[in-house]
Amino acid sequence: MKAPANRSVFLARASFRRRRLRDAARMLPILALVLVLMPLLQTGHPEARSSGVLIYLFVLWVLLIAAAAALVRPILPTRDETGSEPEDTA
Amino acid sequence: MGKRVLLIEDEPNIIEAISFILSRDGWTVHTHSEGDTALAKLKAQTPDIVILDVMLPGRSGYDILQDLRQTDGLRDLPVMMLTARGQTKDRELAERLGVSHFMTKPFANADILSAVRALADGTGVGDTVIGRAAPGRGAVNGA
Amino acid sequence: MIVSFNTLVAVALTYVAFLFAVAFAAERRAARGNEAWLRSSAIYTLSLSVYCTAWTFYGAVGYAARSGLEYLTIYLGPTIVMVGWWWGLRKLVRIGRSQRITSIADLVSSRYGKSTGLGVIVTLMAVVGTTPYIALQLQSVTLSFSVFASGAGGGWGEADLWSAGLWVAVGLALFTILFGTRNLDANERHHGVVMAIAVEAVVKLAALLAVGIFVVWGLAGGIGPVLAQIDASPIARWEQSGGRWAGLIFLSGAALLCLPRMFQVLVVENADERHLGTASWAFPLYLMLMSLFVVPIAVMGLSLLPEGSNPDLFVLTLPLSQGKDGLAMLSFLGGLSSATSMVIVATIALATMVSNHIVLPVWLSSRSEGAIVSGDVRGVVLLSRRLSIVGVLALGYTYFRLSGGGALAAIGLISFAGVAQILPAMIGGIYWRGANRWGAAAGLITGFVVWGWTLFLPSFGEGGVLSARLLAEGPFGIGWLRPYALFGIEGLDPVVHSVMWSILLNTCAFFTGSVVGFPTPLERLQGAQIVNVFEHSDGPRTWSRQAAGAEDLLIMAQRIIGPIEAQAIFQTEARRQGKQGFLPDVSPEFVDFLERELAGSVGAATAHAMIGQMIEGATVSVEDLIAVADEAAQIMEYSNRLEAKSREQERTARALRDANDKLTQLSIQKDAFLSQISHELRTPMTSIRAFSEILRDGGDLKGEELTRYAGIIHAEAVRLTRLLDDLLDLSVLENGNVTLNRQQGSLEELLDRSVAAAGAAGALTVRRNRGREQAILDTDLDRLAQVFINLIANARKYCTAPNPELRIEVRRIGDRDVVDFIDNGDGIAAESRDVIFEKFSRLADHGTAGGAGLGLAICREIMGRLGGAIAYQPGQGGAAFRVTLPGRAALAAQ
Repeated sequence: MKAPANRSVFLARASFRRRRLRDAARMLPILALVLVLMPLLQTGHPEARSSGVLIYLFVLWVLLIAAAAALVRPILPTRDETGSEPEDTA
Repeated sequence: MGKRVLLIEDEPNIIEAISFILSRDGWTVHTHSEGDTALAKLKAQTPDIVILDVMLPGRSGYDILQDLRQTDGLRDLPVMMLTARGQTKDRELAERLGVSHFMTKPFANADILSAVRALADGTGVGDTVIGRAAPGRGAVNGA
Repeated sequence: MIVSFNTLVAVALTYVAFLFAVAFAAERRAARGNEAWLRSSAIYTLSLSVYCTAWTFYGAVGYAARSGLEYLTIYLGPTIVMVGWWWGLRKLVRIGRSQRITSIADLVSSRYGKSTGLGVIVTLMAVVGTTPYIALQLQSVTLSFSVFASGAGGGWGEADLWSAGLWVAVGLALFTILFGTRNLDANERHHGVVMAIAVEAVVKLAALLAVGIFVVWGLAGGIGPVLAQIDASPIARWEQSGGRWAGLIFLSGAALLCLPRMFQVLVVENADERHLGTASWAFPLYLMLMSLFVVPIAVMGLSLLPEGSNPDLFVLTLPLSQGKDGLAMLSFLGGLSSATSMVIVATIALATMVSNHIVLPVWLSSRSEGAIVSGDVRGVVLLSRRLSIVGVLALGYTYFRLSGGGALAAIGLISFAGVAQILPAMIGGIYWRGANRWGAAAGLITGFVVWGWTLFLPSFGEGGVLSARLLAEGPFGIGWLRPYALFGIEGLDPVVHSVMWSILLNTCAFFTGSVVGFPTPLERLQGAQIVNVFEHSDGPRTWSRQAAGAEDLLIMAQRIIGPIEAQAIFQTEARRQGKQGFLPDVSPEFVDFLERELAGSVGAATAHAMIGQMIEGATVSVEDLIAVADEAAQIMEYSNRLEAKSREQERTARALRDANDKLTQLSIQKDAFLSQISHELRTPMTSIRAFSEILRDGGDLKGEELTRYAGIIHAEAVRLTRLLDDLLDLSVLENGNVTLNRQQGSLEELLDRSVAAAGAAGALTVRRNRGREQAILDTDLDRLAQVFINLIANARKYCTAPNPELRIEVRRIGDRDVVDFIDNGDGIAAESRDVIFEKFSRLADHGTAGGAGLGLAICREIMGRLGGAIAYQPGQGGAAFRVTLPGRAALAAQ
């Protein structure tokens, strides 16, 4: 039989981690928006080429997809946490 | 000789008792036991005094008294009422209707005799006031 | 050109037949309960691809050829929304599932107190915004046909285009009706349609990738050369307008949420919230792959194809020009897939909205109350959906015929801007509890009008709907109302101009309306429910007092969601409540659950109205409002309590008045009773006193007089004693604490005894039929005899006939024995018959010294105690009393 204290510490750790990852998931679209608007800084610049922006945007796109894919599993509610998920402040 | 009393009452034993008491004192007692024909009998006989029961078959003593007081020739006839329902409101009703004397059953034989005498002398008219006995006492203060 | 036009038609028809087969197989599988794989996250993600219509498939290349990288905004916007799913879409999907939302109009209507009006507004906006889009799909399919037709030698005239468009529309209507209106409940979802769309998603992606790979590696010779080509092309320079770039990213992100077809696949068809997690990265991946080769194709098309070629058709014409007919064919199928999947889903979504928010409310209000129970709602819903599908496609086709058909991208953006007007009401609704229906309606209408004025109407071209002069100078020369320069701000791109003003004014109106207006209780309840959807795992408690019977609800539910499903729901609920059969208790929870189930078929507002008709006087209860918990709710509760209190006081006062009346009544009765007793006691007392005084006073009394008077005193004393006995007897009987002494004996003996005791011998002739008196009685014989004696004695005392006679007749009536006592006197007058059984009701007799009028009252009490009865029998020739003997059951029970 495990000591209850150990278990609760372990759980708190896991749920703490999940909550921080959810914060990250919330930040992702904001970061994406900023990065997508970045090329505008260069618009009209004589050196700015469409091909460069094209490569930048597609690389960004792939990274976003990868980040979103990496975040999905850890942030989904676990079995014991179904139903209500308080908007955490912890 | 003797003055005439008309006793209107339906209980045979009471009729017999009152008749005995009054006739022994020299009165002529006529009796009648029907409420509805009592007034006609009164007109025909014109007694000196009437003793009237309240609960009579056919017509109540109050109704008879009321009619009697509105009949010429009977207006001033002394009327003594007898009732077994000795409540204050019965007495009050009788006085309003113009009763000369009111008496509750059962009564003392001496009381009924003196009351009839007083009524016959004409002195007993005021007795109704004095005779306002508490219900159920049955005593008449007048002698 | 080797591909003949007929081959193309054959291939197209084969492909369509294949799609029918796929949809049919999926429906079959789902019907067999084998739907797990149909509901995978992969299928869900692929179904989201209805975002990529023919506008993407053909138009993106054309867009890139004209405006460079700007086409990417259309896909970057949704990408941002998708990766931000944890914030927005997750909530939307949860709301959709918990409230059983059927469409975006339903969401708005549901959020704002199940408002029918808002549902209508959103539906109309969606129809207006989507019709050009559907026309666009018809146009692209017919254009692609015409490419092959002209390639095969036969140039197409306008008539050919139109008839092709008509056939496409008819085919799509058929498919949509077949697979889109198969079942009513959105919860069962459209398996066939979703499956077909997933297949089409694969086909169009594969087709575009194939063309792209061919172009990059087959034509350009690799990635490096393609980049060089791009640098050498007319779109080489990065000269993007910032306003358009940001504005279009916003617009496309908003469109992903607001487009009716996207709402359908994202929210309504969602089977599992986890699928959304997968789609959050997989759908952006799909969009990225769709966009990947757009620029290379555009650049190569611009360099290889002759000047003036339509860049919207490069995807098709580039392989054709290189002799790659098979690739061109694949490309054609990809375009066809894009167009058809969009039209099918958009049509289903619009038809659901039109049917639920316009047709059904009208139908419902045209019906008298109770029609929902008798009428076939299910049939009406299905029919209205099918008609709506035909109607929507007919509208699209009409628009296609009327409009000249500008560049694909332009039409798509106009459509996007139109549906984006729903965004403030929707986002405000799910995040802000203060939002109310006035704000929503004001915002929607304002945005819609501004959009119509600045973008939609001008899109018909100069002289189309708005004249050129009006466009240049504004209506009536009012310069600040010019469609392209509202408030005098000129020089903006028309789309950015329109989106900026419409969304800005929309949001302002929405906010102002919400701040100024006051929501209904139901609205606040729904607001709390929706905004806090993650905290409420249970449904709202909306229906408080249930007058509706479970059976009525079942009948209605059967009409709407079908008998089997409805019965299953009711049976499950009944079992959950621990009951047998199909009829559970109508608890508030159950009614709410049922309403949401029905909402899945006919929309929240309609379901609410239907349930509302079933449940009398049902409103939001005080408890519900406490759940919303704010001061107004508490005030309402307080006033309800006050009302309840004053009602209670009134009740108490009335009870007191009643009690007082009763006491007064009792007091009067008591007085009368006492007066009666007094009379009955005093009368014998009078005789006793008078004669005892006579005897006491002595005098000259004769011997016979002495005896006689003593006899009178004795008789009156006996009378008095009897009276007191009777009174005591009656009191005991009336109070009920009488002990019955049960004995067995024959009726005959009992009557013998009674006749003797009553002193009838000599005074009265008694006639009996002894043969009938053989019944054996089992009761209190003494008490029964008391009754008989009383009756016989009465006859002896009061019978006025010269030769008094009493008949005692025994007979059997039903299963009871009755004994009738009938004398030959005058009987009792009709008016007196009611009172003879009352106390002291001795009728005016002739002074016969008798009872005090208690005899019959005592008889009645005794017979009641014994379980029998006594009554006067009129019409027997004299006084007649009927004694009903106690029944055997009553006897046994004694």
